[in-house]
Amino acid sequence: MANRTIAPKIIDPVEFDLHLKPYEKKTLDNGIEVYAIDAGAEEVLQIEWVFFAGNWYEQQNMIAATTNFLLKNGTTSKTAFQISEHFEYYGAYLSRGCYNETSTITLHCLNKHIEELLPVVQELITDATFPEDELKLYKQNNKQRLSVNLKKCDFVANRHIDEYLFGIDHPYGKYSSAEAYDAVDRDQLKAFYDQFYRHGKCVLFVAGKIPANLFAQLNKYFGSLPLNNKALPEVAHPIVQSPNIGSPIRLSNDPDGVQGAVRMARPFPNRHHPDFLNVQVLNTLFGGFFGSRLMNNIREDKGYTYGIHSYLQNHIHSSAWMITTEAGKDVCDATVKEVYKEMKKLREKLVDDEELLLVKNFMMGSILGDLDGPFHIIGRWKNIILNDLDESYFYNSIRAIKSITPAELQELANKYLQPKEFYELVVV
Amino acid sequence: MIQFDRFSLANGLRVLVHEDHSTPMAVVNVLYDVGAKDESESKTGFAHLFEHLMFGGSVNVPSYDDPLQLAGGENNAFTTNDLTNYYCQLPAQNIETAFWLESDRMLSLAFSKKSLEVQRKVVCEEFKEHYINKPYGDVWFKMRELAYKVHPYKWQTIGKELSHIENAKIEDVKNFFFKHYRPSNAILVVAGDITTAQVKELAENWFGDIPAGEKYERNLPQEPKQTEPRRLEVKANVPLDAFYKCWHVGSRLDSTYYAMDLITEILGGGGSSRLYQALVKEKKLFSNIDCYHFGSTDAGLLAIEGKLVKGVKLQDAEKAVEEELTKIKNEQVSESELEKVKNKTESAIAFEDMSVMNRASSIAMYELLGDAQLMNTELSKYQQVTVADIQQLSNEIFDENNSNTLYYYAN
Repeated sequence: MANRTIAPKIIDPVEFDLHLKPYEKKTLDNGIEVYAIDAGAEEVLQIEWVFFAGNWYEQQNMIAATTNFLLKNGTTSKTAFQISEHFEYYGAYLSRGCYNETSTITLHCLNKHIEELLPVVQELITDATFPEDELKLYKQNNKQRLSVNLKKCDFVANRHIDEYLFGIDHPYGKYSSAEAYDAVDRDQLKAFYDQFYRHGKCVLFVAGKIPANLFAQLNKYFGSLPLNNKALPEVAHPIVQSPNIGSPIRLSNDPDGVQGAVRMARPFPNRHHPDFLNVQVLNTLFGGFFGSRLMNNIREDKGYTYGIHSYLQNHIHSSAWMITTEAGKDVCDATVKEVYKEMKKLREKLVDDEELLLVKNFMMGSILGDLDGPFHIIGRWKNIILNDLDESYFYNSIRAIKSITPAELQELANKYLQPKEFYELVVV
Repeated sequence: MIQFDRFSLANGLRVLVHEDHSTPMAVVNVLYDVGAKDESESKTGFAHLFEHLMFGGSVNVPSYDDPLQLAGGENNAFTTNDLTNYYCQLPAQNIETAFWLESDRMLSLAFSKKSLEVQRKVVCEEFKEHYINKPYGDVWFKMRELAYKVHPYKWQTIGKELSHIENAKIEDVKNFFFKHYRPSNAILVVAGDITTAQVKELAENWFGDIPAGEKYERNLPQEPKQTEPRRLEVKANVPLDAFYKCWHVGSRLDSTYYAMDLITEILGGGGSSRLYQALVKEKKLFSNIDCYHFGSTDAGLLAIEGKLVKGVKLQDAEKAVEEELTKIKNEQVSESELEKVKNKTESAIAFEDMSVMNRASSIAMYELLGDAQLMNTELSKYQQVTVADIQQLSNEIFDENNSNTLYYYAN
C-alpha cells in the first residue's frame, strides 16, 4: 500500500517542451486568408468569419452591434425564421458577436452538412435586408433585457470601470443604453453593412475535422465576393481616462443589495509591450488562478467572496489590469484593503522558490491541457494573428514562464501594482 | 462509440478507464452518489457545503489544491440535487498525484474547524451572488416548493435558506462524510493518456485499503401524482413581469425521457423553435422565452419561462402559451421538425465528446444511472422517437392538473 504521507514524485511541467500546432494557411481568390487547424476525432467543424466591423468603425453607438446581430434576421429570399430553421435543421449553430475592432459570424456544425450551410452564410454576408419590424423588435427586447441587467451590481460595475479606463466614447469604454437603441436607424445599418461586411475586410479561421474539399467550397462561396479590396478607414479613438484614478468611488445601484461588485483596474499596454508576457506570470501569482494570493486571502482565509480574479484585458490597442469580485456588502471596503495589502506584499517581499515553482508548473500544465483540441488551438492562433503577432509570441510566453525570477516579479510589482494608479470602484 | 474498461475494488469502488492517447493529459473524475436530495429538510445545503469542505485538507494532505497545481493540474467540482462530482485534469505523467489526493480525501477529511468557518461564509456569498442579489433569483425556491410537496427536490442544492448553512456544525460534517463519502458510494473514472493496466495498479495501491463503509441505502419519499393545478403570485422589485410554468415529467431512466427532451427542443430550442417564433417574433408577447427540463435522476420538471413585453398582461401571455401547447397536443409535429431536433441532438453529442473531461464525467454519470454503456446507445434512442410519441407524451405532460404556475409581478 502506498505511503500517504509522502507526495508521489512528479515531473515538473515547467520542464515540458510545449508546441503550438502550426496552422495551414490558404488564400481565396479575392485575397481572404484562411487559417486552418485540422485535428480531433469528432466529425465537427468550426468556421469563424472575422470582419473588421466592430464598434471601432461605427459613427454612432450600437450601429456595429445591431448590424452584426440583425444580419441573421432576413435576406431577400429568406425570413429570419427560415434562416434559423435552415441552420437548426442540420443541427448547426450560427452565432454572431460584435467586439471592438472586429465582429464575427461563427458556424458550428457536423462536417457532413457543410455544403448545405455555406451558401446560406454567403447570403447573410451579401444579402441581409435588415427588415424594419425585426429592428423594432430587436430594440424593444434589448431595452427590456438591459433594464433587467441594470439591476445587477456586477453588470453596472463592468460598464463604469471600462468607462473610467478608456472614456465613454472610446470603443473599449462605451456601452448600450435605451437612448442608443432608440436612435438606431435602418439606413445606418444598411450603410454600415455595405461598407464593413459586403465590401469589408475578412479573415477566416477554420478548425475541426476538415473535409478535403472544404477550401474549394470556401473559395466557391466566398472567393469571388468583393471583400478585402478596399482599405479600412483610418479611425483614431483617443483614450480619455477619468481623472478619479487612485480615489475610491462608491456607487449605490440597489438599496436592497446584499453584495457589492468590486472593480479595481489600471491602464496597461498591449501585447506588443516587452512587459506583457512577464506580467502574465505576475498576474497568475497575484490573482490569476485558484491558488493565487487574492484567492487564498480574500476567499479561502477571510470568506469575503465566492471568487476573486485578476487578469489583463484582451484588447488589441491598449489593455488594462483588472481585479474583480462580488463580495458581501459589509466587507467590500475590507476586500479592497486586502487587495492593496497583497499588492504591497508583492512589491516588498520576494516570492519564494516553492510558490513560484507552483505557479510556473500550474501555468505550463494549463497550457498543455489547452493545446490539443482544434478549437483551442485555432483560438490561440486567432488571438496571435489579430494582434499582429506571430508564433514567437507563444514561445516567448513559455520562455517567460520558465525563466522569470523572483527579482523580476518584484520589479514588475513595483512598476505596476501601485494603488495610486488604480481605479477603485464598488457598486452595491 | 466511447470505449472503456470497467472493474471494481473489493471495497466496492467502481473504476472505469477510457484510454485516449491523442491527448497528453489525464483526467480523474470522482463521482459520489450523494446530492441535495439526500439531505434532511431542516439541514439543507449540506451536500454543496460539503463539496467545498472536500478542498480543506484531508487526513494526510493539508491542502488539496497546492500539490495538484504543483503537478500542473486544474480541478473543479459541482453538486446537484442528485450527485456530487469532482474532476481534475493534469499532465498524464503526474497522474499518481491525483490518485494520492483523491484517495486521501475519500479515506478521511481533516475536518478543520477553520475550513468550515470560512466555507460557510464563502457559500453564503455564493448564495447571495446567484440567488439573493439577482432579479428573479428566488423563482426556483418558490417553484420547487410549489411543484414538490414530499420529494426532496423541493429544495435547491444551494439550500433552502442561509441559516441552514450558517448553523452547520463540525459534527454534522463528520456524520455526512462517513455516511456518504464511502468507496461503495463512489465511481472513479480515469481518462486520457493512461492505460487500464496502469490504472488498475494505481487504484489498488491508493484506494484499495479504504474501508468499504456501510453502503448508503437511499429511501426517498415518492412524490404523489399531482391532481390539480397549483398557482402562485409574487411581487418583487424587478423591471418586468415574468411567467413561469412547470409540469411533472418522468425520471431520467424512464422510456419517455427521449421524447420529453425532444419536446423541449421543439418548443424552445433556438430561433426556429415554436414558442420563440410564435410568442416573441409574431405575437410579440414575450421579449424572451425558454423551454427546458432539469435532467434530474428522479421524476423531474419541464419548464417554460419568459419575460413579458411591457404592457402585456400575464393572463394573456399564459393564454398564448397554452395555445402553443394545445397545438402540439392536437396536431402531430411534422417529420422534418422531428428530424431537425434529432439532428440537433446528434450534433450536440459530437461537440460534447470532443473533450476528454466531458467524456470522463459522462461515463461517471451514466454509470451512476446503472450502466456506463448507456452512453453509447443514447443517440439511437433519440432516433427511435416518432411523431406519435411526441403527440402522446405532450398530452400526458401538458395537463393543467399537472401544472404549477408562477406569475411574477414587477412592483
